[in-house]
Amino acid sequence: MSWVSKTLSSTLGRKLLMALTGLFLILFLIGHVSGNTLLFKNDGGEAFNIYAKFMTTNPAVKILSYLTYISVIAHVVYSIILTRVNKAARPVPYASSQASTNSAWNSRNMGVLGTIILIFLVVHLQGFWYQMHWGNLPTVQYNGEEYKDLYTIVKFAFQQEWLVALYVISMAFLGFHLSHGFASAFQTLGLNHVKYSPAIKKVGLAFSIIVPALFASMPLYIYFMN
Amino acid sequence: MNLTLNIWRQKNNTDKGGFREYKVTDVSKDMSFLEMLDVLNEQLAEKGEDPVHFDHDCREGICGMCSLYINGKPHGPLQTTTCQLHMRSFNDGETITIEPWRAKAFPVMKDLVVDRSAFDRIIQAGGYVSVNTGGVPDANEIPIPKRVADEAFDAATCIGCGACVAACKNASAMLFTSAKISQLALLPQGQVERKERAEKMVAQMDAEGFGACTNTGACEAECPKGISISNIARMNREYFSAVVSSENV
Ligand code: HEM
Ligand code: SF4
Ligand code: FES
Repeated sequence: MSWVSKTLSSTLGRKLLMALTGLFLILFLIGHVSGNTLLFKNDGGEAFNIYAKFMTTNPAVKILSYLTYISVIAHVVYSIILTRVNKAARPVPYASSQASTNSAWNSRNMGVLGTIILIFLVVHLQGFWYQMHWGNLPTVQYNGEEYKDLYTIVKFAFQQEWLVALYVISMAFLGFHLSHGFASAFQTLGLNHVKYSPAIKKVGLAFSIIVPALFASMPLYIYFMN
Repeated sequence: MNLTLNIWRQKNNTDKGGFREYKVTDVSKDMSFLEMLDVLNEQLAEKGEDPVHFDHDCREGICGMCSLYINGKPHGPLQTTTCQLHMRSFNDGETITIEPWRAKAFPVMKDLVVDRSAFDRIIQAGGYVSVNTGGVPDANEIPIPKRVADEAFDAATCIGCGACVAACKNASAMLFTSAKISQLALLPQGQVERKERAEKMVAQMDAEGFGACTNTGACEAECPKGISISNIARMNREYFSAVVSSENV
């Protein structure tokens, strides 16, 4: 084995990949949530549709989106590998356990939280991302240029109570995942410092509340406005 | 105090093992947990039964030999060693469940005794420094800032008990290994083998079958010596910078 593959198959190397892909997905979430706030604009979806076309055609965004796909896949693959290693390290479980007295629930259940996020991702990508790329979407004209009308798809999707509920609940789980994951990724990278760690923890907590709450408010807003 | 003990009994390394219930009566609140088990073992010996095997040595909280997963926590309800845990931490009439440390890398040898030599092998892989032989060096020849000396000393207080592994949901040995890497990486004497040490000790830790770190913080919360998980971050830095810069291809 070369030193690179040896490192990346060590427990620390695998965790490094989890942390780097997790942090990249956090950056992605910032971009995604900022762009989607255009859904709140009362212009019949014009700004949102123009933005959606830009996101699927701009070459720089294309590179970023491929990095995002790779990050999601690597994050999931390594979470499965690590979970298996971790389970194998304790073949006989304890008969009585008071784990709640020494650690937070979300930190012990990152795999469960991640799996729920993954299920959500499949539904979410199938509903909008797949439609935007390969679906048969209605089109609209702004200033003589043709755009796919993703806004209308979004608007109709969020008339369904079950879908709105799924989005809101999934975002709560994402928040739990991030309220451990954000600060944990810095610790994994070795960035633990008396000056900065308390700030990283605070920013992580704020991020894990604000970003999922913003995402959750979008289906709720569309549902109640229509 | 009168207590009911629910104790893991296992004849040997290959036996399946199981829990057995015992009653102990007239236990003093001032007894240590191990003394309470001594009382039980005297009762068993009088009846001609096999006493409950458990690890212990100094009974002063300094050797790291005592273990026991008591009522769902390593070393019981307090953040201390089992030899320093007293029966006043329990209530009269209570049922106490006692299990061995559970980890693939710590096989159960008999009853509550586990084999922790995996820790020794991690130390052997790189937890040492080169020392020049010859004349006795001056005591203060090598300047070390007090803050650094204190930090290295804090890491060096790890007694190798394994409570961190026992507490971790992944049976990870990161807190132990990181303390042992830190105590040497921080000091001038530890620089010669610095990179090699991080690479080899991490590799040995993995080879022993310990899990990875999810940063739950359970180890730090249960460590009788209060070893901080900032040592794990240091180990990660040491390891990552070692693998990218060492000549070990
Ligand atoms: C937008 C989506 C996601 C983001 C932003 C995200 C972010 C993160 C971050 C930052 C960490 C901490 C890494 C570390 O401790 O060093 C983490 C850990 C983890 N993630 Fe995710 N994640 C996402 C989706 C998922 C999915 C879909 C899964 C899959 C099944 C998953 C499973 C896990 C697991 C199991 C861990 C803990 C690994 C361990 O330490 O043992 N995550 N995530
Ligand atoms: S780090 Fe703490 S819990 Fe782990 S072996 Fe050392 S003293 Fe015991
Ligand atoms: S017997 Fe030595 S620390 Fe408990």
